[in-house]
Amino acid sequence: MRKPTLRLIAFVTMAMTAFALGGQPARALVEIDINKGNIEPLPIAITDFISSDGIGAQISGVVAADLQSSGLFAPIGKGAFIEKVSNPDVAPRFEDWRVINAQALVIGRVIEEGDGRLRAEFRLWDTFAGEQMLGEQFFTNRDNWRRVAHIIADTIYQRLTGEKGYFDTRVVFVSESGPKDRRVKKLAIMDQDGANVRYLTRGDDIVLTPRFSPTRQEITYMDFAGGEPKVYLLQLETGQRELVGDFPGMTFSPRFSPDGQQVIMSLQQGGNANIYSMDLRTRRTTRLTNSNAIDTSPSFSPDGSRIVFESDRGGRQQLYVMGAGGGEPQRISFGNGSYSTPVWSPRGDLIAFTKQSGGQFSIGVMRPDGSGERILTTGFHNEGPTWAPNGRVLMFFREAAGSGGPQLFTIDLTGRNERAIRTPEFGSDPAWSPLLE
Amino acid sequence: MRRIPTAPIKLIAIMLVAGFAVTGCASKKPLPNNPGELGLNNAAPGTSQDFTVNVGDRIFFDTDSSAIRADAQQTLARQAQWLNQYPNYSITIEGHADERGTREYNIALGARRAAATRDFLAARGVNQARIRTISYGKERPVATCDDISCWSQNRRAVTQLGGPGS
Repeated sequence: MRKPTLRLIAFVTMAMTAFALGGQPARALVEIDINKGNIEPLPIAITDFISSDGIGAQISGVVAADLQSSGLFAPIGKGAFIEKVSNPDVAPRFEDWRVINAQALVIGRVIEEGDGRLRAEFRLWDTFAGEQMLGEQFFTNRDNWRRVAHIIADTIYQRLTGEKGYFDTRVVFVSESGPKDRRVKKLAIMDQDGANVRYLTRGDDIVLTPRFSPTRQEITYMDFAGGEPKVYLLQLETGQRELVGDFPGMTFSPRFSPDGQQVIMSLQQGGNANIYSMDLRTRRTTRLTNSNAIDTSPSFSPDGSRIVFESDRGGRQQLYVMGAGGGEPQRISFGNGSYSTPVWSPRGDLIAFTKQSGGQFSIGVMRPDGSGERILTTGFHNEGPTWAPNGRVLMFFREAAGSGGPQLFTIDLTGRNERAIRTPEFGSDPAWSPLLE
Repeated sequence: MRRIPTAPIKLIAIMLVAGFAVTGCASKKPLPNNPGELGLNNAAPGTSQDFTVNVGDRIFFDTDSSAIRADAQQTLARQAQWLNQYPNYSITIEGHADERGTREYNIALGARRAAATRDFLAARGVNQARIRTISYGKERPVATCDDISCWSQNRRAVTQLGGPGS
């Protein structure tokens, strides 16, 4: 089931195979304990990958940018390098790297094969132990060079932190342009680092809250195209659009179940909104909440057993958890303010949310039982968190007062390493894809 | 505390002055008492311009509320009277929220405001079959500054007329 998915995700024909490049993975002396409170970024030397044209340096440049963006690595400036690596198949002079405090060293080579494909190979060295930690090679079409770089960065990240990476991923978001009172909104998709932006709609209608399918090349989102705003599915490969369900009223705030077989969403009924699920195979719909309130922003737990959502049934927006089939919800948010847009972490351990308090908008996390609330960032307007697939980083959108429009940001779970993601226009409503396979 | 944007307010003031200047030249009559004869426009009775200018096409809400305020009740009473007088019009009520809320909730809040407006008009005798509602949440502000003077204008329900018989 995953194999065809790979082909669809790539959008271009690609074959990517990993081979071990000699040597056994050494016992690591260099490691990052990602759970420590205050992480000192690991100094790492990433040399330009050797190639007959610029492609090698382009790939190693993206590897370095990915690792640096995580906040866990500090790539050393190339000007400090002493050894000039000319043959990646021989061991480097470790003392040359130790003296500039490079605890890890990445070297590589990119060769164009006879059939036009690229072969990208790299080795990760522990300079203090003097041992190779990784050696792999990948084959791909030239068009996919950025993906190869992201995969190499994920491989290094995983080897040194023990956690899966998140660089070979995409983000779907709403690209915004034009004046605020006539804002044009288009669905857009890009690589996690902001590269390769592609527009999925033309901007004729308002589009909101796109969310990735965990299993297919498909998104669900809200579109004002018809007479009534509704939830749709959009096939990324074909651009085919399909209405979700036949509901008597506006549907909004959709999200997939972890198995990709259901969409949960809100249905507006008079002044109230209730949460419904629809099975995409049987088309059967199930009502999950029944209140005289606004129940919205539902998000499944990663095991599919529970749903967190926001409701103003108690007067203000608060977070509630119920079983996947509905039932009596338990309120979990009790802090000072109102809570909305809950999203369950892919690891299951935390729920991210938007919090409004004292005229400020914050992004925070709490455990699924409501304990351990932590605010990661606060300001004039921060909204709509989405999780990186490893549950370590959140993306959200921010609009500073007077800035004219929103922008995408990432922040890690500790509240450190806040970074703006540059997009061609204003950006909002990001949703992170699973790791591509 | 916050930056006070002045440009939109200035702009509105200039436009109002200009508007009065034009009508001042066009009309030497003493100021009429009947709002229908204000002379700010040439709106013929029963036209959409008549509705917008002389009845009022929009009402405003308090923060995070869909309660119809006293001032809004007067506007809606005039709307109901007008709509009952001109029964060929169908209407669309657009519910809106200000930008000081999250997107999904504001979509529902705009719908709740539109529903409250519809219910008020229906209670004043406007046939529900003539009324359609839609929510734009916070996606279509009319005032675009980043402070309270704008947010209060954006928390609104706007009654849009369809063409006669539409």
